Amino acid sequence: MPDKKVTGLHELYEKDPIEADKLLWGRTSDPVSRRGFLQKSALTALSLALGSKMVFAENFPAGMIPAGLAHSDLPFSLPGKRAGLVVLNDKPINAETPPDLLNDLLTPNDLFFVRNNGIPPENIDVSSWTITIEGESANQKKTYSLADLKSKFENVTYNLTLECGGNGRAEFTPPAKGNQWSTGAVGCAAWTGVRLKDVLEDAGVKSNAVYIAYYGKDTHLSGEAGKVVISRGVPIAKAMEDESLIAWAMNGKNIPVLNGYPLRLVFGGFPASCSGKWLAKIVIRDRVHDGPKMTGQSYRVPCKPVAPGTKVPDDEMCIIEKMPVKSLITFPKTGAIFEKKNQLAIQGKAWTSATKIDQVDYSIDFGSTWSKCTLKAAKNRYSWQAFSADISFPETGYYEVWVRATDSEGKAQPMLLPGWNPRGYLNNACHRIAIKVS
Amino acid sequence: MSPRPDLLPALLGLFNFVLVVITATLLYLLFGPNLIDTYRNQPVAMEQNAYRPGSDDNTTEVGQDKVVDGIHLQTGLIYAEGFNIVRGTCTACHSAKLVTQNRATREGWMEMIRWMQAKQGLWDLGDNEPIILSYLAANYAPQETGRRSNLQVDEIEWYILEMN
Ligand code: HEC
Repeated sequence: MPDKKVTGLHELYEKDPIEADKLLWGRTSDPVSRRGFLQKSALTALSLALGSKMVFAENFPAGMIPAGLAHSDLPFSLPGKRAGLVVLNDKPINAETPPDLLNDLLTPNDLFFVRNNGIPPENIDVSSWTITIEGESANQKKTYSLADLKSKFENVTYNLTLECGGNGRAEFTPPAKGNQWSTGAVGCAAWTGVRLKDVLEDAGVKSNAVYIAYYGKDTHLSGEAGKVVISRGVPIAKAMEDESLIAWAMNGKNIPVLNGYPLRLVFGGFPASCSGKWLAKIVIRDRVHDGPKMTGQSYRVPCKPVAPGTKVPDDEMCIIEKMPVKSLITFPKTGAIFEKKNQLAIQGKAWTSATKIDQVDYSIDFGSTWSKCTLKAAKNRYSWQAFSADISFPETGYYEVWVRATDSEGKAQPMLLPGWNPRGYLNNACHRIAIKVS
Repeated sequence: MSPRPDLLPALLGLFNFVLVVITATLLYLLFGPNLIDTYRNQPVAMEQNAYRPGSDDNTTEVGQDKVVDGIHLQTGLIYAEGFNIVRGTCTACHSAKLVTQNRATREGWMEMIRWMQAKQGLWDLGDNEPIILSYLAANYAPQETGRRSNLQVDEIEWYILEMN
């Protein structure tokens, strides 16, 4: 097993061993370093000698494991997540899914990417969790428990794709600041909950409503109490769509803590940052919402196209609403070698904020010629769609397989990077994998 | 006094039994947890080939404050002039990974600092600011990759794809 260190184990332990302990051992079991083993053996010996119950790593007193583990280079998995996610940042946690792990029609909970802006809430008590609807354009302030939501409103399930607005940022030149997402800040899950519009209407929406805004229970990195980490939202028309959900389940299970347990918003087709996690409050606004990360340059692109590297003043930046058409090759993993007599069966996913994907094509000659992939229909709008193709190769050698999706609005993915923007959003350039035919 | 002859086999048996128990216990203490762990789900190493340099270290021996190939292993920061101040200042809220992932000019870094000061509770950096900016601008400067860079072919892990 290769033992590359790609996660910030050291950073975690360096800064706060007890916190790291909790994060790593309190909620997950995973790798143990050599020294961890020795310590464990020592403890086992100790407990045998004492005649008491055997102590395992998860019960280790804080401060013991870190001494051994903090020097380990073994990767660890995040709470509720499978190893294999690429951790871009461990505080706040930001982790993406490599393309070959997105081959499932519905992304498993433990493979779904994580974009946290702050620190998730702890000691979540579902029975006392409430959500409050209020705001200038709400007829009344109304609070619901989770049980109220489940019993008062129709329960619905939709397959919805969530993609971070900054997915693909790593490719922009000049570079854009922020987490350098490659391709994996995307996933599609079956979300179960109630329609946001049903709840909004139950509280009462005034005719002057413009926007809805969320507030969640995550806390700010600076530790400043009460400082809002992120509060974004969507225009009222989006909030009123059938597929806009307040969700409590993901693929039939609890939502992972890192993805917003016990309650979150889900808006397919919009940047995932609109889909507030650890949802506690929704404010119906009579203006465009102005919470943290709604304003300035966050989740905004220049209203008019600019040359790469241009400085754009805040008042010429517009909020990103719809996410562009995009696709990924999810099988095989880049780097495949196979014999020329074989056809390569590729698989992938394509998604859009438009009604649906109309067509996906592949090219093995850098866009000189394109051939159609077989494309499956989605269960509902904003779900990604699976595609596949069997590809023959004319000659042995190095190839790249490129795929390009076209949606029902006639928009297709560019082969080059799309319009540069200061914060590096909306890169929907074609995905490609490298292969060798022998 | 010699033991009664009819007790000898029993004593030998007991001795053997104790020896086996001790050996088994020792073996368990030495290898047991490792053995148990080989039957548990093991973490799979993550790959990060496609990412920018500076954010990962590929060594296995990590000591306190060790610097290998110019990289401070614990933080992943480049070990260069200003390192201590940058480490002290820039890992207070988030991990250094947020720094090492990013690339910008001096001006670009200054803008990020101003943004954190305005929105994220970052304090006035005082005399340290020029030191921090020089460090960042020198070690995390932008690289020109054009409108689309090549796939990093030498970093791809090639494998035989089994087909039926
Ligand atoms: C007071 C807390 C604090 C300190 C100290 C701090 N930062 Fe930050 N920084 C933040 C927060 C909060 C974010 C936003 C994190 C996110 O969105 O995931 C951030 C984001 C960033 C980003 C990403 C920029 C972006 O637009 O997303 C970079 C780069 C960065 N910090 C560099 C630094 C450097 C360099 C220093 C040292 C001078 C530093 N930080 C010190 C709080 C801090």
